[in-house]
Amino acid sequence: MEKILSLKNVSKTFPVGKTLLGKPDKFVHAVNNVSFDVYQGETFSIVGESGCGKSTTGRLINHLLAPDSGEIHFMGKEITKLTQDEMRPMRKDMQMIFQDPAGSLNPRMRVEDLIAEPLLIHTNMNKAERMNVVNELLGIVGLSSKHAKRYPHEFSGGQKQRIGIARALTVNPKLIIADEPISALDVSIQAQVLNLLHNLQEKFSLTYVFISHDLSVVEMISDRIAVMYLGFVVETAPKELLYQNSLHPYTKALLSAVPIPDPGHHKERIILEGDIPSTIDLPKGCPFAARCRACKPECLEQRPVTREVEPGHFVSCHLYK
Amino acid sequence: MSEKLLKVKDLRTEFFSSKKSSVVAVDEVSFELEKGEIVGLVGESGCGKSVTSLSIMQLLKDTPGRVTKGEVIFEGKNLLTASKKEILNIRGGSMSMIFQEPMSSLNPSMRIDRQMIEGICLHTSLSKAEARERAAKILTQVGIPDPQRVLKNYPHQLSGGMSQRVMIAMAMSCNPQLLIADEPTTALDVTIQAQILELMKKIQKEQGMSILLITHDLGVVAEMCSRVIVMYAGKIVEEAPVEILFGNPTHPYTQGLIASVPKLGSGVKVLPSIPGSVPDLSSMPTGCRFAPRCKYASEKCRQQEPELVAVNDKQKCRCWLKQ
Repeated sequence: MEKILSLKNVSKTFPVGKTLLGKPDKFVHAVNNVSFDVYQGETFSIVGESGCGKSTTGRLINHLLAPDSGEIHFMGKEITKLTQDEMRPMRKDMQMIFQDPAGSLNPRMRVEDLIAEPLLIHTNMNKAERMNVVNELLGIVGLSSKHAKRYPHEFSGGQKQRIGIARALTVNPKLIIADEPISALDVSIQAQVLNLLHNLQEKFSLTYVFISHDLSVVEMISDRIAVMYLGFVVETAPKELLYQNSLHPYTKALLSAVPIPDPGHHKERIILEGDIPSTIDLPKGCPFAARCRACKPECLEQRPVTREVEPGHFVSCHLYK
Repeated sequence: MSEKLLKVKDLRTEFFSSKKSSVVAVDEVSFELEKGEIVGLVGESGCGKSVTSLSIMQLLKDTPGRVTKGEVIFEGKNLLTASKKEILNIRGGSMSMIFQEPMSSLNPSMRIDRQMIEGICLHTSLSKAEARERAAKILTQVGIPDPQRVLKNYPHQLSGGMSQRVMIAMAMSCNPQLLIADEPTTALDVTIQAQILELMKKIQKEQGMSILLITHDLGVVAEMCSRVIVMYAGKIVEEAPVEILFGNPTHPYTQGLIASVPKLGSGVKVLPSIPGSVPDLSSMPTGCRFAPRCKYASEKCRQQEPELVAVNDKQKCRCWLKQ
């Protein structure tokens, strides 16, 4: 399969705090040495808990943020050094869906203008042509052309997310980065939007980078999954391998912590102790060492190297050599 | 186990936008809670589950909301007619609450010790020093390794999981009979959620108190509760023991809700979903409130509202199909 996106040793830090002279004195290490490839037509999910760097990774891919080091290749082109002007035409092929549907739609624009705006930037269509596209897309995402003249506040959360999805689709993107697209929605609406994303992928042969904290949702939608902790990718694997044969102790704990909606289901739960450490002072060794049950002396001293344990299954842990 | 700790009878809570116009957020809500039981109150946003808990706790004073009908009987006393003093005695004493946002429910300008001691001194005859000791002891019970340090901290110095532990410790500090937990783990990460749920189960076993767990997460319900009440658009639509609710749900809404949650390890690609969305409180459909989204809805469902009736000796359901 064709590689559409590739990250190589990407890192990003944010300055916090200032010295007397106005120089930053500390850094948040949001994304550390992240590498993965995304192939045409697949759904690649990034999972992890809050603060693990999954959203920052999404923003780095879309070049809303520039990485400190490392390379990002999109459709064969290196995009890390591009200016925002040079990046703009690339964004036609790379659209984003956000978590908060209400916050990502301008409340003072009508739905038709919201959806047509990317066409204004990326194409030379006239107004009638644009409105044709808008009406067609509204139908595709399960709304109708009668909704076109309304404002965002007239819609429910699920409908707003459908508008957000329609807007991402206007310019026929190859890749869609969906950052927690359903976590702000009610349970019964989540299933509607997930099914919609699934159908759209088949219809337009889209590639998704799906960012989520919900492992049950990720299992449903993904082909391959990367698990992040403290800005590091600790395990990457095809879905079946990750869920049936997870290797990293963090992935195991994360999977066992998911509550299962079935009272008859009993499983052994791994309760992690303590909290996620701060990303300002990264641990010297393995990022997970402080909460890991299998922690050995070398885990505290040395960062584990990422290894391919079985085909397609990468893990960074001293247990697997 | 058969003694009733809390009885809610035909509760109706309205929110007034002016003297005459109001929306009914909770209507005809009746349920009972036995001693030592964990009951789940489940529903989507806007279904009235939080308003029900605030009505029980008498915490609607500063809102436009008012309980306009019904009874809330706690340990034999009707809280709706009780005096302010009696309520103050019960609230935080034998009945306490934990909230969804641990960060915003702690006072940011007070150290943890002052916040905890305040409650303990109010409800017991302990001195300040003794109250502090008790606070430290409870913090240890909720799994805080260094209670003396945490007592001296301000809330912003604690992580989300830590603050929720402090909230639980505070709610537990006067040995309540009833703990109302309103989405206690929704704002937390899954691994922290697992810690907190485990902790709540442990404390419940040790103290034998009852918990009313309000949540939208069916996974949490399946794990924690013995009985479940499902609410939709301000009314109870189904009530059943947890195994029966998940094994044999009778209301079409419950069926749809359970089916639409992805289950870890199920391997499905497409989920059955409930069409449409939750109705607006100010424009409730006549007849059954779920009828516009229900695939079984008939003409009768659209015109007349069904009652909540027992379908067998353990299960209640509000649906014309089951009457």
